[in-house]
Amino acid sequence: MANAYTPGLLVTESVIVRKRRRLPIPGEVMVKVGDVVRPHDVVARTQIPGDPETVNIANQLGLEGEEVLEVMKKKKGDPVKKGEVIAEKVSFFGLFKTPVHSPIDGTVDNVSGVTGVITLRRPAVPVSILAYIHGTVSEILPREGVVIETPAALIQGIFGVGGETQGVLEVVAKTNAEILNSDKIKPEHKGKIVVGGSLVTADALKKAAQVGAAGLVAGGIIDKDLIEYLGHDIGVAITGAEDIPITVVLTEGFGQINMADKTFALLTSLNGQVASINGATQIRAGVMRPEIVVTSEDMRQSAERDMTSGMEAGTPIRIIREPYFGKLATVHSLPPELHVIETGAKVRILTAKLASGEIVTIPRANVELIEG
Amino acid sequence: MEQNRKLRSILATDCGSTTTKAILIELVDGVYRLVCRGEAPTTVEAPFEDVTMGARNAIHEIEELMGRTFQDESGIITPQRDSKVGVDLYLSTSSAGGGLQMMVAGVVKQMTAESAQRAALGAGAIVMDVIAINDGRLPYQKIQRIRQLRPDMILMSGGIDGGTVTHVVELAELIAAAEPRPRLGIGFNLPIIYAGNKEARKHIQATLGGKTDLRMVDNLRPVLEREVLGPAREEIHNLFMEHVMAQAPGYNKLMSWTDVPIMPTPGAVGKMIETVASQKKMTVVGVDIGGATTDVFSVFADTFNRTVSANLGMSYSICNVMLESGVENIMRWVPFDIEVADLRNRIRNKMIRPTTIPQTMQELIIEQAIAREALRWAFEHHKSLAVGLRGIQTQRDIAEAFEQTATGASLVDLMKLGMIVGSGGVLSHAPRRVQSALMMLDSFVPEGFTQLAVDSIFMMPQLGVLSSVNPEAAQQVFDRDCLIRLGTAIAPVGTAKEGDDCVSVKITTSQGKVIERKATYGSMHLIPLAEDETADAVAKPARGFDLGRGKGHEVHAKVHGGVVGVIIDARGRGPLGLPSDKSKRIRKLVEWYKALDAYPMDILGKYLG
Repeated sequence: MANAYTPGLLVTESVIVRKRRRLPIPGEVMVKVGDVVRPHDVVARTQIPGDPETVNIANQLGLEGEEVLEVMKKKKGDPVKKGEVIAEKVSFFGLFKTPVHSPIDGTVDNVSGVTGVITLRRPAVPVSILAYIHGTVSEILPREGVVIETPAALIQGIFGVGGETQGVLEVVAKTNAEILNSDKIKPEHKGKIVVGGSLVTADALKKAAQVGAAGLVAGGIIDKDLIEYLGHDIGVAITGAEDIPITVVLTEGFGQINMADKTFALLTSLNGQVASINGATQIRAGVMRPEIVVTSEDMRQSAERDMTSGMEAGTPIRIIREPYFGKLATVHSLPPELHVIETGAKVRILTAKLASGEIVTIPRANVELIEG
Repeated sequence: MEQNRKLRSILATDCGSTTTKAILIELVDGVYRLVCRGEAPTTVEAPFEDVTMGARNAIHEIEELMGRTFQDESGIITPQRDSKVGVDLYLSTSSAGGGLQMMVAGVVKQMTAESAQRAALGAGAIVMDVIAINDGRLPYQKIQRIRQLRPDMILMSGGIDGGTVTHVVELAELIAAAEPRPRLGIGFNLPIIYAGNKEARKHIQATLGGKTDLRMVDNLRPVLEREVLGPAREEIHNLFMEHVMAQAPGYNKLMSWTDVPIMPTPGAVGKMIETVASQKKMTVVGVDIGGATTDVFSVFADTFNRTVSANLGMSYSICNVMLESGVENIMRWVPFDIEVADLRNRIRNKMIRPTTIPQTMQELIIEQAIAREALRWAFEHHKSLAVGLRGIQTQRDIAEAFEQTATGASLVDLMKLGMIVGSGGVLSHAPRRVQSALMMLDSFVPEGFTQLAVDSIFMMPQLGVLSSVNPEAAQQVFDRDCLIRLGTAIAPVGTAKEGDDCVSVKITTSQGKVIERKATYGSMHLIPLAEDETADAVAKPARGFDLGRGKGHEVHAKVHGGVVGVIIDARGRGPLGLPSDKSKRIRKLVEWYKALDAYPMDILGKYLG
């Protein structure tokens, strides 16, 4: 249990970022190993079978399932045009004809002699996968996609909404405690990723969408403001597919929480550079955190991610549960024995030194490392 | 495996979404006991992507603690070579990577679709959706839904043997039109199990054969009056091994290590609950409240049922509990004020940092309040699915004829419920065991006499898979090391005015000690009775209250003790007497806490205002 703590979110100016870019179904890979790709480059593409449409011929013509085969004008695999006759019942020695018309453009996918239902399929829909980050193709996943890698600055957030996008980073807060309100969002932020301090307000969200900003980054958000903006509540922690015009990345959590000094300083140093951001968050199997990736031009600075070695006295941490939620501290001591906390639970704890100098006791499960 | 040779040692792991837990069971003085446990983070995800690393780490912890060796480069050393090296049997369960996710389909929603759902749930799956010809959706909506989902497999049923084939073929055509893709393995065909009308098999083969990995098993409703879930469940387990597990990183290696097939974790827990119910000959409800999902298992009228509330949990899905129950329903279990906005932010922060634990009493009580609502909703869900077969003819005697009950009534009868077994962090790790008892009483609201227990370290999955090989060993460890008996609840059904007589209870212990309590309506009482003790109880409910033998009728019963004791819950039932007025409710909550010594009152006092 020596490692009973939460690994922190990565905030680093230099790391090798690897992105696996995969198609939903097999298709064609458009690049080769060694190619340098830009975020909007197509790296793989495929055709997703079009939506099917069923037509109940038996019902429409008052026939049994097997009789449908006799009245079909089209067979499996035939292309059809909208309005074209696909089946026709002839009665009274040819005097009366009752046709069934195709409701769509497509092909005949199936004709059932059991149910008398036919399936038509719309034309296939092309799907492309973009590179998302600026980097080099390091691996081809045959018929599936690619791995792109690049040296980059990487900031993982704790929670986000909205999908992948790119823009120039613009830090509008002077300190990590400053609130990102609507006054700070200007028309010139169109297409940019605006970075605030401790909180993004509901007005700022609306204004950012109005001016056409690509993204917002801040320490926290008030739960109700986010829900109002999204127009629906969030039940389970899986996001990224929201139908919203901007991507939001929170670095600390819900409520007004100062952005960690290190995160704010790094974002400030990256001001003016192009970033790829993604709000997608999934807290379950395959944990996924929102991120801000800024490709570095200087390969020499790059480094492999150092797998966390653990905590020791002096390690910077963030407290992630009440009563000290959001506070930054350093590890003061790591007593090995179990300790009884206020709830009566016997848990492994650490003592932490807050910025004020106060020493407090915290369960180890309630801190995370500030990594990088 | 040699059937006659008594196993000396058994090593079992459960690879969960976040933690891999290993236990070592050994024959000690002729009885199987848990001797050591270890755990380590699960390593299915990047950067490790090999489940065996987590399993090795968890087992290594036991090796270190015991000074023994169980593994070498090629895997687990079996059989046991000497007192220091190897084990006789290695088993594993798994729910890593999201567990087993299925879609089920049937012709009639309340009949074959419901049977298919029960088969999938019983096998340990999360059911993503139930598609039926009469589910109220238009064909294109069903097709769209099937396309959206990427299940691990589909179980399809419909029609009795020899019945009409048209509807079940229509269902197959919908699935074929959707061209569903599996969640794992980009180039693989989706496995589909057909367990419907045998007469339709050739049509089903023609419709789905080329497009999917189609398997045929016996019809799960061969006739309306009978449900045969065994063959479908078995095929689900086979496919889970062949397809789902084989795709997950490292599982091929893990499968080669285990002596019996890996079981989905909830399937194994269900097996254990079934074993307990049959061996103890009692009705049992088991619950496992996790971060993402809450599973409820029950055995009533010899029928096993499992349901999973996929979006009710204490971390990943905690916001959904708030959404389903509403903040006010959570707050009714909290004896102090807290700003709603603050509460909502706290719940969201728990969602995004799921491994944190409550540090203050205030946080603990809020978390346990949320757990009550998650458990309550999960149990309601269970009651609605654990039902008798619908649409069948039943013979009624003259008394039943006046009861007007329809077929498909819930099998869950709270008065007949013999035992509730709780597991999952919030129940297993409550700082005081009585808190777990109170959470289960508040959310399940059992009636009459009910034993309460918790799974000490959540080893029911490992014991479940063990019970498929050696039920004796599983039962022995379950009784001695897994279950922590909390005690017995005595809860009369009825309502009255606060302070009115409700029940008087006389308990005579095995040493002859007599304890008597008179409980008024709205009160709770605790009578200590040790874990290994049983006592004779005589309970006389007041007029208007029922303990299982009719209103006002005395009941004689054996009560089991536990780490909590015997709880007299005279808060009434139908409904539970929780005052709607806020100040009265807070007063009652505190009164109950005091009566049961549920929380340290000196610390709780800080937050009561």
